[in-house]
Amino acid sequence: MHLKFQRSAPALSRASRSSCVRIYAKVSKKEGEPRIIRGKCFVTRDNIDTDQIIPAEYLTLVPSKPDEYEKLGSYALIGLPDNLYPTRYVKNGVMKTEYPVIIGGQNFGCGSSREHAPVALGAAGAKVCVAESYARIFFRNCIATGEMYPCETSVRLCDTLATGTEVTVDIDNSILTDHSTGITYPLQEIGEAGPVIDAGGIFEYARSQGMIKTA
Amino acid sequence: MAVQGTMHAPCNTGRVTRRAVKVSAVAATPTPARTPASTGSVKRAMTMTEKILANHSDNASVKPGDNIWARVDKLMTHDVCGPGTFGIFQKEFGPNAQVWDNERVVIIPDHYIFTSDARANRNVDILREMASKYNIKYFYDIMDRSNFRANPDYKGVCHVALAQEGHCKPGEVLFGTDSHTCNAGAFGQFATGVGNTDAGFILGTGKLLIKVPPTMRFIMDGEMPEYLLAKDLILQIIGEISVAGATYKAMEFAGSAIEGMNMDERMTICNMVVEAGGKNGVIAPDKTTFDYVQARTQEPFEAVYTDGAANFVADYKWDVSKLEPLVAAPHSPDNRKTARECSDVKIDRVYIGSCTGGKTEDFVSAAKLFYRAKRQVKVPTYLVPATQKVWADVYTLPVPGCDGKTAAEIFEEAGCVTPAAPSCAACLGGPRDTFARMNEPEVCVSTTNRNFPGRMGHKEGQIYLASPYTAAASALKGYVCDPREYM
Repeated sequence: MHLKFQRSAPALSRASRSSCVRIYAKVSKKEGEPRIIRGKCFVTRDNIDTDQIIPAEYLTLVPSKPDEYEKLGSYALIGLPDNLYPTRYVKNGVMKTEYPVIIGGQNFGCGSSREHAPVALGAAGAKVCVAESYARIFFRNCIATGEMYPCETSVRLCDTLATGTEVTVDIDNSILTDHSTGITYPLQEIGEAGPVIDAGGIFEYARSQGMIKTA
Repeated sequence: MAVQGTMHAPCNTGRVTRRAVKVSAVAATPTPARTPASTGSVKRAMTMTEKILANHSDNASVKPGDNIWARVDKLMTHDVCGPGTFGIFQKEFGPNAQVWDNERVVIIPDHYIFTSDARANRNVDILREMASKYNIKYFYDIMDRSNFRANPDYKGVCHVALAQEGHCKPGEVLFGTDSHTCNAGAFGQFATGVGNTDAGFILGTGKLLIKVPPTMRFIMDGEMPEYLLAKDLILQIIGEISVAGATYKAMEFAGSAIEGMNMDERMTICNMVVEAGGKNGVIAPDKTTFDYVQARTQEPFEAVYTDGAANFVADYKWDVSKLEPLVAAPHSPDNRKTARECSDVKIDRVYIGSCTGGKTEDFVSAAKLFYRAKRQVKVPTYLVPATQKVWADVYTLPVPGCDGKTAAEIFEEAGCVTPAAPSCAACLGGPRDTFARMNEPEVCVSTTNRNFPGRMGHKEGQIYLASPYTAAASALKGYVCDPREYM
């Protein structure tokens, strides 16, 4: 992004890849931690559209209202067909997911522009999605909201991994590790999207860079 | 690549009346003459999309891949995303901030209107609150849900309302909190969908940081057969390039078949650009465009055109006279099949509506086929006019070639369900009590835009996307049906 900004002392350093990155993001509140996410993965396939991520009937929930934000999370990925996805992303009756890592195929997040989609995933507890490719509005919304890191990989992980497998996604070093086998897979660099999501989204990033005054 | 031919479009509804014109189309639509003073220093040949974005940034010229700050002419939002968008605006810019321009924000409740869902109703109330607080000039409010006609301001489906109310103008930049905002590209403008956060940002600043997309061109040449409609063309294209075939790209549509279409049909094509992953769609504005726009707004505009030497990342060309009526079979808009090859698919219902297939032209087409067939539908056939204006057209306009009958009369004689209150209705399912929502696992032929699992309600529902002709024919047959059977 060609953003004009002033470097101010406490601001997030954009260039830090080798050193620890302070993460304010909705993905993690822990300070001083690198962008490493370890946990169970939930595997989806190609063309997961926004209606499957958050069916339209739940769009009456307004993401900017905190209690409705939480409710959206409880419905994340509830639109996935039951015969193809017998395991639910969020168990019936709970609000949060056991799977901080989502694996996708091609064109993840296609369909609607609704921001409720990345919001529902983030609210449920998703921290990172690793997919072959993304639909553009969904990708953009992940970054703008800071809800989830949308990582890309050229490996067809959705054919290799299974839901429930413990993985580590190291965004700083662009590696995914499958702990059941020890095999590592390369990811594409998160690039310019990283610092924005670290900051918690486009507004937080713009403020941290001195682009806009704090509200 | 040069195409030469004589174009003589048939004179019926939906076609522009034209004299026989010798068309000599080179790589792109001819650029009209402009005085050197107005062009400034043109550094490189640009596509229409690139030119529009250059004009709205601080750059004399832009190229694909450039990240630019684009000035926004109009921002649209509706009842699903409006409350969240304003929520973000208030949080980020503060309770005392004003929107960047209260005449450039258009608030159109349309998604979940005629429902008893309390949250849905509350969201329209929130929009009213925001419209009042920020002195928003264009808010198409509805308060009496029991009778849509008692609400003079209420329009209906946002993308059709934008066009009908004169908010779509050549050369402009429009963002909307809805993926089908690309619909407006039919007017030769840059129009695309964004999320709440981006929209909240625009509300405060009137700008957005975007990346200039490269352009794919689709030339649709030849004379449209009488059984083919714009929907068949866009389904052809999406089926060809897949649901991610145009990701991050602009889709430019040209050719004699496009030029012969009216604005409703052009909108159908641009509407589904997002279904191919496209960022925006554009069609070069011409007399058809100017007549439509100038009948609806006095505001000035400046059309721009793709340069003859502009680059495209892909170039496709079809002779439309060789194409057949299509469907997109479950469960993807790119699952292209001919209607003919699906003739063994028994269906349970037909749905004619939405921004894609619920405009006046769509109902006129369906009515024409019903009239010619002189038969009754075999399955429940739901009709949802996109806006109040479309609804009025359905009830007042005589359908050409149908003995002075209106579409409503023809629909009634064919046994269709009475046309419903204008809104998005069942295109995207919605609250459980939404009109025509698919609450059982049924098979539906629909003039809407998406058929992913659960799109119209039930996860196991099967949706075949089709043109109004194909939808009407299927209703008569009780199976997916090629409209030629009734023509």
